[in-house]
Amino acid sequence: MATETAVDVVMPQMGVSVSEGTVTKWLKQEGEQIEADEALLEISTDKVDTEVPSPASGTLTQILVQEGETVEVGTKLAQIGGAPAANGQAQPAPPEPATAEATAESAAASSSEGETLTAERVAEAAPEPPLAPEHPAAAPEPAGTQPGDGDRDGKSFVSPVVARIASEHGVDPNQVQGSGRGGRVTKKDMLNFIEEGAPAPAPAAPAAPAAPVAEPAEAPAPAAPAPPTQAPPAPQPVVAETGEQLEPMTAMRRGIAEHMRRSLDTSAHVTSAIEVDMSRVVAIRTKLKKEYEKDYGVNPTYLSFVARATVETLREYPWINGEIRGEQIVTRNYVNLGFAVELADGKGLIVPVLKHAEGLNLLGIARGVTDIAQRARDKKLTPDEVQGGTFTITNPGGYGTFHGTPVISQPQAAILGTYAVVKRPWVIQDDRGEDVIAIRPIMNLTLTYDHRLVDGALAGRFLRDLREKLQTWDEAAY
Amino acid sequence: MAEKTYLQAISDGLREEMRRDKRVFVIGEDVGVYGGAFKVTLGFQEEFGAWRVIDAPLSETAIVGGCTGAAIMGMRPVAEMQFADFISCAWDQLVTVAAKQRWRAGTPIPITVRLPSGGGFSGGPFHSQNPESSFAHIPGLKVICPATPEDAKGLLASAIQDPNPCLYFEHKHLYRRIKAEVPDERYETPFGKARIHQEGDDLSVITWGAMVYTAEEAAQQLDGDGVSVEILDLRTLIPWDKQAVLESVRKTSKVLVLHEDTHTGGFGGEIAATIAEEAFEDLDAPVKRITAPDTPVPFSPQLEKAFIPQVEDVVAGLRDLAEY
Repeated sequence: MATETAVDVVMPQMGVSVSEGTVTKWLKQEGEQIEADEALLEISTDKVDTEVPSPASGTLTQILVQEGETVEVGTKLAQIGGAPAANGQAQPAPPEPATAEATAESAAASSSEGETLTAERVAEAAPEPPLAPEHPAAAPEPAGTQPGDGDRDGKSFVSPVVARIASEHGVDPNQVQGSGRGGRVTKKDMLNFIEEGAPAPAPAAPAAPAAPVAEPAEAPAPAAPAPPTQAPPAPQPVVAETGEQLEPMTAMRRGIAEHMRRSLDTSAHVTSAIEVDMSRVVAIRTKLKKEYEKDYGVNPTYLSFVARATVETLREYPWINGEIRGEQIVTRNYVNLGFAVELADGKGLIVPVLKHAEGLNLLGIARGVTDIAQRARDKKLTPDEVQGGTFTITNPGGYGTFHGTPVISQPQAAILGTYAVVKRPWVIQDDRGEDVIAIRPIMNLTLTYDHRLVDGALAGRFLRDLREKLQTWDEAAY
Repeated sequence: MAEKTYLQAISDGLREEMRRDKRVFVIGEDVGVYGGAFKVTLGFQEEFGAWRVIDAPLSETAIVGGCTGAAIMGMRPVAEMQFADFISCAWDQLVTVAAKQRWRAGTPIPITVRLPSGGGFSGGPFHSQNPESSFAHIPGLKVICPATPEDAKGLLASAIQDPNPCLYFEHKHLYRRIKAEVPDERYETPFGKARIHQEGDDLSVITWGAMVYTAEEAAQQLDGDGVSVEILDLRTLIPWDKQAVLESVRKTSKVLVLHEDTHTGGFGGEIAATIAEEAFEDLDAPVKRITAPDTPVPFSPQLEKAFIPQVEDVVAGLRDLAEY
């Protein structure tokens, strides 16, 4: 019916380093009308979660990647307009002489773990008409004997669990002697075979019936089967013990996990802390708050003050705003300030970046922080806005914590932690130069730095100068 | 600990709940003076009086409707359907009113409906059914199917304490046939926790109610073949212990779902579908179902035998799975 030209919707490139994305939600169903630029689906990558707008107006004829699937950038996700390919089925029907062999192979493939597979499956699913006529030509290869043999019927069916074990251990089920109905290889056969020491699989040549069947490994490897040289076994499937619950990691969680580990493996993390008397900032903030809220609708948070003072201090400490790149030290004449933002559900963290913060005054920073934090929570950030940071501020103090050792956002050199402003008894000098105890709002700041580049004394001086700027806040300058 | 029949365990459990909680009362046809069609409440009226052991008119609608009202007023009624089959008369009160009251108004409806169910004694089409799956489909109801005397007592206590309408299916064929140790003290058996009736490595049988014993006898016959069978007794269908089922599937990879209820729309279908969804890659054979066929329960003893899954049927099914 729909004769409009078909337009493909593909997994967009959400930033240079992003290679895959997960479809989290389809906002339209197959058969529904959609306008160009109307939101079509939501995706999640390890950088951002975002909506994908429709590239064209028309009918959503086909959804090729289901919710929860992770595919490579550029993979076709759906089709707008045109006729649905292959009777609307994502999987093209197998060509006529679909040998049992082929079924077995696809069963084996569908059981292997991980996102690569998903990507392959989707790639397969994309209709590729030219492939079909070629397929029968390729088919005769596995069937060395007459096709109508019937002898391999039971043997060639691979059950899901056998396929999974086979792919986990890199074993070709055809090499295993089957004891099931019609010679089928059962789970037990498979496990016994592996326990006895499966020979390493022949490299990419499953059709090798002449090869000695299940030749016992001569090397005495009784406990563990010889690790297959070809593919490393997929990780063991995770099993929940009694009372435990399993939930799959989101793309964002995996991204965070990978980044945190990599950062600790890369940088030599050291943390220094300093206490800052925030009296002056508190007073100025109280004054500015009304004005800012009335005139600009912006709340000048303590974080904005700290950020503003940090940017100013970083000008004098280029290495702390720098980066080790290979054998070189990178410094720059600008500050792209990252802010760690917790997502609303508590299940994720994102670091939007305020670009060229050195050009922003206190109001500009307050406005920028409010904006990116809100859009981070609404999942409305663009990929560019989470990249290119040169220094990061994290603010776990909202819950009253007074110290922490955050992890550096790679490839930066340092991260500043800000903590709760707490009223504390503080020793100061009165007018006569005598020590007295006053009640002062104190904030702790930590600088966690990469000791490969930043030494303790430098970090100490940075914190001292930052404290000085906050304690003697010069309204006119900022 | 004392050895008790399944029926005795239900009776003792109910009496204990009535003694400890004044809000608990019993209502049903002939439960008072006569002591119940199966004598579960024999002697109750003497002990608790006619106001707590109420002989109801022949109206299941009135019984369940009255229980719902009493529950709203803070009581914990235990209704007896003389036969589970008669519950269809009370469908509207249960499904439209009781099951949805908590959702609509936030009012808990702590009623327990005791349902003598199941066949095996030529009760015919009106006195032999297992209508658990009809109610498992209704959000808001809990479905309990004890198989052992110990569970019969513990699950009844849990049902009476539960703030939701609980359908308690007691299998008539187990009443006096099954005898086992029952703890003397009061205890509650939690919902949604399956019981491993026997452990095994090669095949799993997922079942509940009287079929637990059919499976056990069948499994004994397979011992000789060197096939070890795990029998999982679900104990409650709503909620059901998905985790335990999946664990067993992961262990054995071959599953038989067995129930006395009829085939189409039986709860076994839900279990099989869940296994297919969540443990597909652990399966080494298609999930097999053995159930009653899609007919009313026949009266003739011969036909009833053909209707209710028998030990031979289960043996054949298990052998088929083992050989697959």
